[in-house]
Formats: sequence, C-alpha cells, structure tokens
Amino acid sequence: MVRRRRCAAAFRLAILGLTSHAAIASAADDLKLQKLADGVFVHVGAQAEASAENRGDIANIGFIVGEKCVAVIDTGGTLMVGRALRAAIVRTTPKPICYVINTHVHPDHVFGNAAFERADTQFVGHKHLPAALAARSDSFQKTLSRELGDIADGSRLIAPTTLVESDLDLDLGGRKLSLHAWNTAHTDNDLSVFDSMTGTLWTGDLLFVDRIPVIDGSLLGWLKALAALRAGPPPRHIVPGHGPIDPPWPAALAAEMRYLETMVTDVRAALKAGRTLAQTVETVGLSERSHWLLFDDYNRRNATAAYTELEWED
Amino acid sequence: MNPNCKWLAGSILATLLLSVMTVVPAYAEATPQASPIAIWPKVRVSLFGTRPIHEDASAVIQLETPIRAEDAATVPVAIHTSLAQTPGRYIDKLYLLVDNNPSPIAAVFQFTPESGRADIETRIRIEQYTDVRAVAEMNDGELFMATRFVKASGGCSAPAGKDAEAAAKNAGRIKFRVEDPVTVGKPAIAQLAISHPNNSGLVLDQVSRLYTPAYYVRKVSVSYGGKPIMTADVDFSISENPNFRFYFVPTGDGELRAEILDTKDLTFDSQVVVKTQTASGS
Repeated sequence: MVRRRRCAAAFRLAILGLTSHAAIASAADDLKLQKLADGVFVHVGAQAEASAENRGDIANIGFIVGEKCVAVIDTGGTLMVGRALRAAIVRTTPKPICYVINTHVHPDHVFGNAAFERADTQFVGHKHLPAALAARSDSFQKTLSRELGDIADGSRLIAPTTLVESDLDLDLGGRKLSLHAWNTAHTDNDLSVFDSMTGTLWTGDLLFVDRIPVIDGSLLGWLKALAALRAGPPPRHIVPGHGPIDPPWPAALAAEMRYLETMVTDVRAALKAGRTLAQTVETVGLSERSHWLLFDDYNRRNATAAYTELEWED
Repeated sequence: MNPNCKWLAGSILATLLLSVMTVVPAYAEATPQASPIAIWPKVRVSLFGTRPIHEDASAVIQLETPIRAEDAATVPVAIHTSLAQTPGRYIDKLYLLVDNNPSPIAAVFQFTPESGRADIETRIRIEQYTDVRAVAEMNDGELFMATRFVKASGGCSAPAGKDAEAAAKNAGRIKFRVEDPVTVGKPAIAQLAISHPNNSGLVLDQVSRLYTPAYYVRKVSVSYGGKPIMTADVDFSISENPNFRFYFVPTGDGELRAEILDTKDLTFDSQVVVKTQTASGS
C-alpha cells in the first residue's frame, strides 16, 4: 500500500515535470500580446517575484510599429523573454527593429536586451543608465543566476548607445516617440515614452498598478515626478511598468502617491520621535497593506530607503 | 583579489583579511547558504587566542538584527549590554563580527566608564547568509558573546547610493545630536550620522572592468569634555553614510566632539553642545 502510494506520487511528479516543461517551452514561443492601440503592442508581465516558473517575465514590455521600423520598449527579465518578444514582433510585422528603449536599470526590464543585439539596432536610455548598469550589472547577474538557475542562461545587460539628456524624439517613420528623462524618482535613470499618434504614455516603473511600488531612487523625487504627470494632459492610453494596462487615470497615480505619501508621513514621524531604523521598518506604511500585492516582500525595504533618505532632510 | 584591499595594509585587519581570503578562494560567489568553511575559528584565534568566551551570555550582552534583511546593504544592528560601566569593572571593547563578509571584522568599539553604557547601534552590509557576532571584552579581559544568523546577500558588492548626484551633493555632511532629556549623571543617547560613500571596493564596474576604489570611514573618535567616550575602528562592512548611536554620561554642560578619519586620511569633525538638566527629585 505504502509502496503503491509512493509510486503514484512519483508518477504525478513526473507528469508535473513534463507539463511544466511543456508550459515553459510554449510560453517562450508564444508571448501573449495585447494590441492597445494602432501599432502599439503590450505584453503584461506576471504580478509576482521573478522565478524560474515565470522566467523573469514580470514587467510590462512591448513595442510600437512605425512606417519605417519598430521600437521595443523594455525587453523582459531574461534572454528567454527577450527572444519570445522578438519572435512576437516578427510574427506581427516584417519591419526591422531600429530602437530598443530601456525605461530604467532594473533587471526585470532589461535582461532581455541581448535578444535584440544587432548592428542596425540602437539601444536608448536615460543619461544615467550607463553608470547605473555598470555599477549594478555584476550583482544583478549573480542574483538572476541564483534565483532563476538555468533559465537565466545567456541573459546579459547591454548599455545604451543613445542617451537621453532631458528630452529626445525618435522617428519610426511617420510616427514620433517623445522620450523624457526624469530627475531621480523610482530610480535615478527613469525614462518615459509618449506616442503622440495614439496618445499612449509608457511610464516605465514611474507607475506601479496593484503591485507595491519599490523605492530605489528618491521618495521625494518620485512624488514630484508623479505630481508632474498628474498635472499634465491625461494620456489616452497608459502602459504602467507593472499591472494592468489602461488603468484609471489619474486614480492609479493617486493610489501610488497615497502609498508614497504615507511612507513620508510615517517615517518623518518616526524620525521626529527618535525611533531607530530597526524600530521604524516594522511600523511604517502598514495602513497600506491591503492595497498592494507583494506588500510584505517590499514594504520594509521601502521603509529602509525612506528612512535613509529622510534622515538627511533639514 | 581586489587590489583595493591594499588600503588595509599595515592594519591588524589586513593581516586577518589576507589569511581569510587565502583560505576561502570562492568568496566572490554569493550563495544562499552559510559558507561551508567556518571563518569563526580563525577570527577567534586572531582576536582572542585561546581565552574562554562565555557564549551563554544573554545576561550581559544581546545582539539585535533582523532574521532576514530587506536591504543587504543597510542591515540595522543593535548591541545591548546589561552591565553598568563603573571605573572598577566595565566593558572595554565590543567586537562586531560578520563571519561570511569579505572582511569579517566589521567594527571594534572601545568604551570607557564615562560611556555609561557600552551599547551601540549601527548599520552594516552583509555579503552572504552569515552568523553575526557581538563580543564584549571586559577591562579584566573576560569575554562574552552573542550570535545571530542573518539571511541577507549581496550587501558588499551592491553599489552604494540610489541617487549618485544627491550623494555627491551631501558628501561630508555630519549630523550629530543628543537625545533629550539630558540629565546629569544618567546615560544619554547620542547619534552620529556621517554622509560618506563608504565604498567597499567590491563593486565591479562592468564597463571599465575595474572595482570602484575602496573608500570608507576607518576611525571614529568621540569625546565629551575632552574624555574619550567611544572610539570605533571600522571598515567597509559599515553601510554607506555610517551611522552610530551610543551612550555617554553627562556631568554638566559640555561639548561632545566627534573626529572622523577616512581611508584617504581626510578628517572630519563635529561638535554638539550638551545642555543638561539636574535629575528631578534627587
């Protein structure tokens, strides 16, 4: 009896192994795309931590097709995801890829870059992106290999050759993309992309929807950037860095600002009360817990970032 | 090995670091497990010889760390002690040790009877899952230890600074303050924050294939009314913008003074005027 049960368990495991492998293979060939507007295609990443199961496919990535050529906006968290995106582009249009735009340094947005490395493809990023990549890629690479194992094979970081100082227009042939390099916000190298033809704003990780925002630049700077976005004309379409596309506007901005403002208020109060970093990380931001996915994975880290930034105020 | 480790040449730390690095060649690979090769016996012998160490010592020393650090480059650590600093018997030194860091001796703090309490709080970098130890050495040489296992990785080889421009703007700033109330004869809390990159020298620049040069605070000396309160010999295991929270016993209005020396032999100093109140009801 015991033995039969064991056999059955082993059999189920074997089947599971087979099916999950099949699922991975088919997902790699067939990246699910949504057509958001004329010539604008988006793949929505999983709202999860990067893992072997999701192949690091956790960020929103996609592309915009002009008359002349294609611009890719972020490439996913592994070479595998980058290749799947490339395959999806080839299925969609015969036009060449002239630009790969990286919205910022984080691995889930840039580790697919190597899938697009060709002499006629320009990599585009914020003026601070090369320095951030240079400093971080060694540790990003180690972390990716550790967390994803073989799935990470071949993933590597490619620095931009075209840098955005403050604003830059890219011409895709009859279609203009306006890139804006932000002051330090989510990171110190955030880039947004606006397609005026369809009124689509690609925010990168300046906007997280449903997933807890991660502070890796400047809390106060990020709030300023969000205020500027809110003050601007409402875009017709929105691609956030994470979460569903076309979220309610400006409600999605307001939700993120509420989280970040809660952090500012709570951490300033903790500093004023003389609470230490260790005491503070356990107690701040908790009123936001029910609003965000992965809250417990990132809130303490955000609290650490907020504390070490705000303790130097005044 | 990283050439910047030469910064440590001539120091006690260097001798130990070199011996440790030759023993553990695979150190560059951060693994989620604790290192299979135990560093502690080496460190123990080099610092304390064969002297006995009380390991069941929670009545004397407690170490507070997170079990899992959210940000391996900024791990808060607090060492609490339960002995009053009296002229006859006091904690002379506290060693803060991170077994699996490239340089395991994160800090050696020295105290005096004037410290009041030999407690310290700071923030450290942790390169891989590790035991963190606090060892108290009494003025008569007796040793007490507290140990905690911390799950964190990549803290030493993670680049410093989220915002390079802001860090440059802030460099050299010192915030030094004393927490109210300050009562004559009662240990008061002081906090010293130093804006400094504290580069570990272990961050590889992928473009130049060079390591960002090690550049960190190596000594902090605090005195009150001219008498030493707390002296710290520290290294790059201390986080960017080194931060220390410690005690001193106010004896009346006076000046608390901090002197900071970094690995470029630059010195910084800061003073805070202490205004005391007399203990009520005494």
